[in-house]
Formats: sequence, C-alpha cells, structure tokens
Amino acid sequence: MATLHTVNKSPFERSNLEACLGHAQPGDAILLIEDAVIAALSGTAFEGKMADAARTMRLAVLGPDLAARGLDPAKVVTGITVVDYAGFVDLAAETKATNAWL
Amino acid sequence: MDDMESGVVKKFMFVNRKAPHGTVYALEVLEMVLISAAFDQDVHLAFLDDGVLQIKKGQTPAGIGVKNFSPTYRALEGYDIEKLYVEAESLAERGLTEDDLLVPVEVLSRAEMGRLMAGMDVVLTA
Amino acid sequence: MKFAVLVNEGPYNHQAADSALQFCKAALDKGHEIFRVFFYYDGVNNATRLGEPPSDDRNVTRNWQKLAEDHKVDLVVCVAAGLRRGITESNLAQGFRISGLGQLIEAGIHADRLVTFGD
Repeated sequence: MATLHTVNKSPFERSNLEACLGHAQPGDAILLIEDAVIAALSGTAFEGKMADAARTMRLAVLGPDLAARGLDPAKVVTGITVVDYAGFVDLAAETKATNAWL
Repeated sequence: MDDMESGVVKKFMFVNRKAPHGTVYALEVLEMVLISAAFDQDVHLAFLDDGVLQIKKGQTPAGIGVKNFSPTYRALEGYDIEKLYVEAESLAERGLTEDDLLVPVEVLSRAEMGRLMAGMDVVLTA
Repeated sequence: MKFAVLVNEGPYNHQAADSALQFCKAALDKGHEIFRVFFYYDGVNNATRLGEPPSDDRNVTRNWQKLAEDHKVDLVVCVAAGLRRGITESNLAQGFRISGLGQLIEAGIHADRLVTFGD
C-alpha cells in the first residue's frame, strides 16, 4: 500500500523535494505540482536525481501547472508522467495515504 | 455509522519540518495534536529537518514578543501522546544531539523515518 | 471514495486554495465524494466575505461558495485559527461554517483520504 507524496515548491528555492526523495519508499508515487513542476523538466540540475527516482517510484507532474508556467510537457524527464487534476485524484485514490511535503 | 463509536483507530502522523517562531505552523500543529488526543487515535509526531528546532531546550522568545509554547511538548505525555520521533540526520546536520531536546524522543535514521511514515493512514503536514 | 481536503493558506498569497479547488472539482467530476474541506492556519482567510478582488481576477471565496452550492460540500473554518485572524460569524461568507479542530481529526478518521494543500 503505497503513499502519494506531493511536492509544491521549486527545489531551487526549498528542500521539500530533497526531503521527499529522502523518505519516499520504492513503489510510492510522487506528484510535482505548483512551483515544483520545474523539477520535472529535462536539462535542469535535478534531471539525474529525478531519473534515478523514476526507476523505483511512480513520478508524475501536473500538466496544468506546467502549462501555466510556459513549460513544455514534451520536455519532461523520461519516466515522469504528465497528469491532469483527474490524474491527481486517481493517484490519491490508488494510494493508501497522501503526504504533502510543504 | 459513526466511526468514533465503531472504534476505528487510524495511524495519524503530524510531520514537523519547520522551525518554530519564524512562522505559526509549529504552534498551530501543536493545537491540532492536542485536539487529536480526544479521538483515541494512534498519534505519532515526527520532527525532521528544521522541525527538530521545535523541541530544542532553552527557547526564550520573550525578547521577540511571542509566547513560549515549547513547554507544551512536555505536557503531551499527559494526553497519552508519547510517540515522538526525531530524525538523527536532521539533528546532526544542525549540530544538535538528543541532549539538546526538551522532551524524551525516539531517534530514528532517515531510512527508518521513511519506513515509519509509509505505515501511516493519515499524514498531516504544515 | 470519500476525500477530505485541508487548506493551509489564504486565498491569494499562495496557489494552495486554487489547487485545492481544482482537486475537489476533479474528484467530484469522477464521482467521488468530498467529505469536508477544512480551513486552518491562514487558510481561514478563504472564508471572509469582505474580499473584493479585481473583477478580471478569480474570486477564490466565491469559487468555494459555488462548490458548496453545487455539490453540498461541507466547508469548515477552524474557530481558533479564525478568531486569531478575525474570521468570525460577523464576516463569514455564506456556505462556510465555523467549528472546532475536532472536525479535521474527524475528517481524517471518516474519509478514505486526506489531501493537504499549503505553502
């Protein structure tokens, strides 16, 4: 029974994503929302870290938050799925608990 | 059906990752924790990252004009809230040890904290 | 499935309330139930009826009211957090109600999932 972790802050500003990655378990899901969506893009300083995490966990990014910021969903790191709010709801329903890294 | 009466007991965890005083979160989480005691749930408190500073000994906020709520952590035991966990790496990163804390806790490694979190039903963060 | 939602931040400084609203709408569209939305910390400011955002911006309080009207969603403002910030019955927007923190813990117990939106 996995957990859905949500991260909403840019890793360039806060340590939330690092903290989440340090505690999430194999099989868990991590959804990047709001200002955290920058971490989903290839070519950033976090690409390697996200690609590593995608090997053991389900990574997703909220498409409307990418679009709002002019970030291209086609450029997300391989292994990260772009979802809409309905996909967010599905992730929350499919996992046992939700842990918001604020 | 009323879950309260049917005796549903869930594993609640209050995750504290922010320092006290700079923001209101530590104080208002504490208020939430105290209320949760009335519901006979399996309550856990986790202190990690800057959250470990919430239970640092010797807090004297008189000079910044705010209430010292840190003694409340010592009162939790009276509410049967005794599962307090602190992350070892978070203490070490901040040059702190268990002796710096004002309340008895169980110190866990980051890996152990991650596994403990994974077993929770309801995780409350701020 | 029954979802409970916790909103930790006010309506305009952070995206939290907007994200929570979108999540609630999507959950309802998928046939889930929103058991309760609980407003805590500065989140209580979502419930003021005195806010007047510019007409070309969204009105977060009104969006919550519409959600409550359309889907009978229980919008609960923490009494203690509200008192601290001046949110009382006198300026409470229609569709919200003021109650104790126990309503949040109860939501955590009754709902299948609790989803938190904050800073």
